[in-house]
Amino acid sequence: MSAGKETILAVLVNWTPYILKGFAINVFISIVSMALATVLGVVVGVGQISTNRAVRSVCWAFTNFFRNAPWLVLLFYCMLLLPFQFRVGGVAVAIPDWAKATLGIAIAAAANMSDLVRGAIQSIPTGQWESAESLAFTRRQTLFLVILPQCIKRLLPPWMNLYALVMVSTPLCAIVGVNEIMTVAADILAANTRHDLLIPVYFYILLLFFFYCYPIARMTQRLERRFAVIG
Amino acid sequence: MELDPRQAPRESAVPESLVSCKDVCKAFGTTTVLRGISMEVRKGEVVCIIGPSGSGKSTFLRCINALVPIDSGTIVVGGLDVHKADIDKRALRRKAGMVFQQYNLFPHRTALQNVMMAPMHVLKQPRKDVEERARALIAKVRLQGKEGAYPGELSGGQQQRVAIARSLAMNPEVMLFDEVTAALDPETVGDVLVTIRELAAEGMTCILVTHEMGFARELADQIYFTDAGRIVEQGSPQELFGSPRDPRTRAFLERIL
Repeated sequence: MSAGKETILAVLVNWTPYILKGFAINVFISIVSMALATVLGVVVGVGQISTNRAVRSVCWAFTNFFRNAPWLVLLFYCMLLLPFQFRVGGVAVAIPDWAKATLGIAIAAAANMSDLVRGAIQSIPTGQWESAESLAFTRRQTLFLVILPQCIKRLLPPWMNLYALVMVSTPLCAIVGVNEIMTVAADILAANTRHDLLIPVYFYILLLFFFYCYPIARMTQRLERRFAVIG
Repeated sequence: MELDPRQAPRESAVPESLVSCKDVCKAFGTTTVLRGISMEVRKGEVVCIIGPSGSGKSTFLRCINALVPIDSGTIVVGGLDVHKADIDKRALRRKAGMVFQQYNLFPHRTALQNVMMAPMHVLKQPRKDVEERARALIAKVRLQGKEGAYPGELSGGQQQRVAIARSLAMNPEVMLFDEVTAALDPETVGDVLVTIRELAAEGMTCILVTHEMGFARELADQIYFTDAGRIVEQGSPQELFGSPRDPRTRAFLERIL
C-alpha cells in the first residue's frame, strides 16, 4: 500500500462528480422507460377491456407474458434481438445500448402498468358506465370522458410505486453493458486497488438510490391515504 | 323550461303511445326475471310501477332504454324498435332519459359540468347555449349556487336532482326513474319528489319504479303492480289502491301501507 493513501471519504468525494453522472444515467433511463411504459401500458390496459375479442386477447397475452418475465431476461432479449443500427432512407442510424436497455425495462413496466390500468378501470362502479350509456355517450366517449379521468386518481399511487421499482431495477443495465452507476463503481474499484473501498462505494450507491426513491415511496403512501378517505 | 319542438303536437286529440311493450321476457342465465310484461304509455302520462323487491321492475326499466337486451317480446319507444338487434341505442337514449337509484353522477365533474357533458359531446351543441340551458335546469331543480360543487360535496337529494337535470338536458321524450328516492335520507326525499311532480305537471312522460306509495297515488295516471316478473294488476290509483282485485296486490299493499 502506498504511503499517501487517501481516506475512504476523500476517495468518495473525489469520485462524486463521476458517480453522480452515472446516477444521472440511471435516472434518465428510468424516466424514459417509465414514460414509454405509461403510454404503452395505458393503451394495452384499455385494450384488455376492448369489446373486440382479438384486441382483448393480444393485450391480455402481452400483459401476462411480460408481467411474468424476469426483467433481466427481457433486457438480454432486447440487447441481442434488436439490430445495432437501422436504416432510414439510405442513412444508418445506430441504436445505442442504453436505448435497447430502456426498451427492455419499458416493456416489463408496461405489462405491469397495463394490469394497473385494467384494474383501475374495473374498479369504477358499473353505474358510471350505465349512466354514461343512458346519456347516449359512445363507448369511446364514456371511456375518455368518464372512466379514465376517474382512474387517474386511483392510478397515481401504484404508478409512482412502479416508477420506484423501475428506478431500482436500472442497475441491471450494467450487466448488459450500459455505462451507468454500477459501471462507474467498477471503474472506481479498478482505479483504486483497495479492498476497503468495496463496501463504502456500494453503500454510497445504495444511499443515492435510497434518497431518490424513499421520498417517492413516502409521497405514494400519503396519496394512498388521502385517496382512501375521499374514495 | 321551453318545450322541445319534437314534442309540439302534444295537443292532438288521441295521444299516441310513446312507449309500447308487449310480452317482454328476460332471463339472466337460469333466472327468469321478466315473464311477459306488456305496457302502453302515452305522451304526457305518468306511470308508476310498484311491487315487491326482485319482481323485475328495475330490469324492465333498463330494457326500455336498452341497457339490458330482452330475450323476446317487443319494445317500441317513440317509433324505435328497441327489441331489434340493429337498434340505434344512442338515438333511443336521446329519447329516453334515465335516473338511477345511486344517482351515478360523474364525481370528477362539477354539477354544472355533469349537466353540460352530454349535450356538448353527444348532441354537439355549442358550449354557450348548453351552459345557459344547464344553468336554467339547475335553477329548475332548485340548486342555484351549487353549479360549481362536486357531487361529493352535495347531499344525496341534491345529487339526485343534479342527475335529473343532467337527463333533462338531453331533452328526452320520456323519463325513466329507477327507485330514485330509495337511497336517500328521508328528509331529502321530498325535494326530489317536488322536482318530479313539477316535471309531470309540465307534461313530461314519466315511468317510475317506486316504493313511495303516497307519491304514486297522487301523481300516477296508471299504476302497474308487478310480482315475479309479471304484471299482476294495473289501473288508476283509485282502482289499484282503493279496490285491488288480486290477492297478491292486496297482500303487498297491506304490508307496505
